[in-house]
Amino acid sequence: MANTLLEVLDLKVSYGGIQALKGISLTIAQGELVTLIGSNGAGKTTTLKALAGLLHPTSGKLHYQEQSLLHIPAHQRVANGISLVPEGRGIFARLTVEENLLMGAYVRSDRAETAADLERQYALFPRLAERRTQLAGTLSGGEQQMVAMARALMSHPTLLMLDEPSMGLAPLMVEKIFETIRDISVQGVTILLVEQNAKLALEAAQRGYVLESGAITLSGAASELLGSDAVQRAYLGA
Amino acid sequence: MEIFFQQIINGLVQGSVYALVALGYTMVYGILGLINFAHGEVVMIGAMVALAALQALLAAAIAPVLAVLLSLMAAVAVCMALGYGIERIAYRPLRNAPRLAPLITAIGVSIVLQNLAMMIWGREYHSFTLPFTNDSHHLGGAVMNDVQIVIVIVALLIMAGLMWLVHHTRTGRAMRAVAENPAAATLMGVDINRVISVTFMLGSALAAIAGFMVSANYGIVHYYMGFMLGLKAFTAAVLGGIGNLRGAMVGGVLLGLIESLGAGYIGDLTGGFLGSHYQDVFAFFVLIAVLVFRPSGLLGEKLAERA
Repeated sequence: MANTLLEVLDLKVSYGGIQALKGISLTIAQGELVTLIGSNGAGKTTTLKALAGLLHPTSGKLHYQEQSLLHIPAHQRVANGISLVPEGRGIFARLTVEENLLMGAYVRSDRAETAADLERQYALFPRLAERRTQLAGTLSGGEQQMVAMARALMSHPTLLMLDEPSMGLAPLMVEKIFETIRDISVQGVTILLVEQNAKLALEAAQRGYVLESGAITLSGAASELLGSDAVQRAYLGA
Repeated sequence: MEIFFQQIINGLVQGSVYALVALGYTMVYGILGLINFAHGEVVMIGAMVALAALQALLAAAIAPVLAVLLSLMAAVAVCMALGYGIERIAYRPLRNAPRLAPLITAIGVSIVLQNLAMMIWGREYHSFTLPFTNDSHHLGGAVMNDVQIVIVIVALLIMAGLMWLVHHTRTGRAMRAVAENPAAATLMGVDINRVISVTFMLGSALAAIAGFMVSANYGIVHYYMGFMLGLKAFTAAVLGGIGNLRGAMVGGVLLGLIESLGAGYIGDLTGGFLGSHYQDVFAFFVLIAVLVFRPSGLLGEKLAERA
């Protein structure tokens, strides 16, 4: 594959004796939109946390831009271009919308560029521009998801990881969020998307991986997965 | 009425000191959920170092104003290093331990610091006199001296500066983010350990300044002085709502006023049965009342249930 951005090899993660990931391998090329689907408890969030550095793998390899990530602490991975929008969004409820976005630019030092980035996010999410001085905790779920995504974009990610961006949102808002994900992807940001809504995710992505109880059971082009019997049965309710 | 004004002045002065110390408690609690019971001892170390430095500088014939400023800076520097060291050595290894472990450790650190101070400076009271005259000013029957005026003004300036730092700088924003959601802050690229160290150092710098102030006001330092002061500042932080910066300031000033008005009138109220040496009772009466009737404090949010 040309220009591999991320390569995961036989990654194992355990929490207190329970093996959450039993050795998964996956690759993501520069500019791809890849989705990781699977049911609750399959290990999707664990995978993202391990990539972001919030969890430490028991064994396996993580290569990002041809360098091992294993000994790089979570907070430095952001500066390397890896950004995670966590499950439940992780917004700072007692900070204003604008302060949340500025936290996204924490690793960037160029003030003028940060100001320009802010305006770019407000153009992408006009709703946030209206609410820039409001405390983020007072926003609706969909607006909070926008804050979380805009905040992640403020760090200029090379690899953007999204954990369940559609969770708990009204259908109209889900549509809007997915539209934005496609826009971000078109701009060249590599995306790893974790979703329970397999259909939406596979429609948006180029490739997909299916995770079941800590192991990858299927992978391939998103369109193929969407048409496969196994995926249809397990995740699409056909 | 003169007593009333006098007690208001005394309360404001003492309350300013409580507020500065309470800020240290509340900042650390806000970020770590830890009551740093060694914080009062940091105030005491600040006072001791300031005194030692002041005496040495004056003995070396340094100009008085310069000597006072340098000794204050020495106290701040030593306390910042101490605060950093306490967190690094005593609390960081217990970051993920059950909540009781760091609490007991805090009490341990406090005992260690007290004994260390006793070994270095002895058990006796030392007099702390500033190398200038301390003029008194009459304000409608009440008296306020230069030192007291400076204490209130400096405390106000420092609190304004701290609020500015917390609300308008990148570091302050990171502090608030870590306090609210450490994992999410890490995902923004914030080095949590660094933010925690900065918080301890800031709180300790305020403690050093408060130590200097209280010594200059009362003219006395002692290895045990941090205990009661720390406990009262903690009460002030709880009164305002622990974890809340504005609460610590309001709580500090309010506690100073309650204490001094209480001490001023307790004799009259009890027909001379209890005297002003019962002053300390008020702080703990306030603490109990707050814990019973409003555990989240005056400005605090509702406490989340913790498992």
